[in-house]
Amino acid sequence: MATETRELNIPTGSLAPGVQIDPLDDSTMVVNMGPQHPSTHGVLRVVLELDGEVIVRATPHIGYVHTGIEKELEYQTYMKGVTLTDRIDYVASLLENAAFSLSVEKLLGVVPPPRGQYLRVLLMELERLASHLVWLGTHVLDLGGMTVYFYAFSQREKILELKEMMSGVRMMTSWIVPGGLRGDAPDGWFERVKTFVDEFPRALQELENLLNANPIFRERTQGVGILSTEDCLQLGVSGACLRATGAEIDIRKSAPYSGYENFDFAIPVGQYGDVYDRYRVRVAEMYQSREIIKQCLEHMPDGPINISDRKIVPPPRAELDNSMEAVIHHFKLWTEGFHPPVGEAYVPIESGKGEMGFYIVSDGTNRPYRAHQRPACFMNLQALSKLCEGRIIADVVAIIGSIDIILGEIDR
Amino acid sequence: MADIATPVPELKEIIEVEKIRTAFPDAILSINEFRGDTRVMIRRDHIVEVCQLLRDDPELQYNFFSECLGADYLDYREDYRFEVVYNLYSMPYKKNGTVHGTGRRIFLKVPVPEEDAVVPSITGVYTGANFPEREIFDMFGVRFSGHPDMRRILMSEDWVGHPQRKDFPLGGERVQFPGGKVGPAVSEVPVQHPGESFTGPTGDRQGEKRRI
Repeated sequence: MATETRELNIPTGSLAPGVQIDPLDDSTMVVNMGPQHPSTHGVLRVVLELDGEVIVRATPHIGYVHTGIEKELEYQTYMKGVTLTDRIDYVASLLENAAFSLSVEKLLGVVPPPRGQYLRVLLMELERLASHLVWLGTHVLDLGGMTVYFYAFSQREKILELKEMMSGVRMMTSWIVPGGLRGDAPDGWFERVKTFVDEFPRALQELENLLNANPIFRERTQGVGILSTEDCLQLGVSGACLRATGAEIDIRKSAPYSGYENFDFAIPVGQYGDVYDRYRVRVAEMYQSREIIKQCLEHMPDGPINISDRKIVPPPRAELDNSMEAVIHHFKLWTEGFHPPVGEAYVPIESGKGEMGFYIVSDGTNRPYRAHQRPACFMNLQALSKLCEGRIIADVVAIIGSIDIILGEIDR
Repeated sequence: MADIATPVPELKEIIEVEKIRTAFPDAILSINEFRGDTRVMIRRDHIVEVCQLLRDDPELQYNFFSECLGADYLDYREDYRFEVVYNLYSMPYKKNGTVHGTGRRIFLKVPVPEEDAVVPSITGVYTGANFPEREIFDMFGVRFSGHPDMRRILMSEDWVGHPQRKDFPLGGERVQFPGGKVGPAVSEVPVQHPGESFTGPTGDRQGEKRRI
């Protein structure tokens, strides 16, 4: 599925990629951008070497919010580790939970029952919508459009309310755990989701109307920050940035997990791989996520959401009242946890930013011997210097916004 | 027990292993299969050539560098301490009607001894290895020869030690206001400054040597 076709006009205000810089001219200037710059999305610091206003070199400096989550995971049981993964990519925490749980499940060799899988897909797609809405709001805010921010965040608020209704928590839900989910949807939840997805396209259309034909937005995004498919693959850039170059690839289709093979959706692709294409691809993806959610609601199977193995998933609360065995299982699980067999597992998922997954090494104890996340943002950030070279400072803001970085995931 | 997610296939020579064996007869140290994933242990000197082969071979087309990561097997391995794991993906993308890539994923491993912790950098083959290799250097102290910019990436430049080594304590770093009585391990861990010289408790795994 291709987004609209258009002519590529390189804006004349900034110099094209073929800009010539005199190597003997040493009159470059170094300017520091960040870590407190409002459009660096947190604490990214970029050191820009400038020739006039043209960027010769852009070096990202990261690590300001490094919290050692990977190290910390080695000291927590698998059950407790889930709560740490929420804090990595804090605008799409359920996707992080899912990636961690899928890797642990691969180590254990279990898969959740159909209802658990469908519920996961439903939650993950809601989270993708939330992640993309945050991106859209902040990206356009960086470019000087304030209205979109409020409308995008009011839609995201509805998703947070749905999460709160299900789990009691707005953001750090830790709702997807190894073996299934922490709990089923409460009464009336599916109706609320249905109302949301019915109203969502109109709200998204409103946002698109503000941007698609907006001459300022088009001027600042079209022809800016072009990345080719080959560059993306070389640099490890995945997700919407890769699809914007015209490459049709989605982990949900190429290596389906959690039952994505049962859903019917298209992969939106761009044309030139510039900032505008990334915007088009992400917006088109939001419509596709809505389609998946609708299919989830339509075909939601009945049955349990968790696997029946009491050594991995705690027993339901009701069982604790009249079963000694349930009490023992409950106690053992929350104090000691479970012991996956010795081995290593990596399950990639398509997060809002690109390929993301946890590489977990198990030594047969109740804690991961090594847990490493493949952070999509961290890899995507590598493209920054290539994207900025030969552009002007104003473009840096557009480019940083368009690669959709979350510093929590970059620094971990 | 619930269903097995991915049945373990029969051990047979997969095409990648065959190709590597033909091109570099002494490159492969061992092969491990777990839940359908193949992990090939490669001799350190051959890693760049093997990556090049996997990328350029028209039948394999490992066009996407997913990541590389380090692991410290302090308690488990006798002949070496670190492992660098390369995660390569043959991305099956469709562009202008042509399909590239096979959709296969392979993990290459390189054993690294502590006393000579240098691995040839593969940034020449996959430019995307730049940040992950810097992270491995930062976290484990494994250097990459031929890397264009071998600096720390997450920790500050003046940091002593490599935090994800197994003998680096958790919560042992110096804090801004150490006078307080609260806080986790700050008062319990006898460490002057975070560093490799630390010899203290590293959890309940100490003294236990097993192979995984």
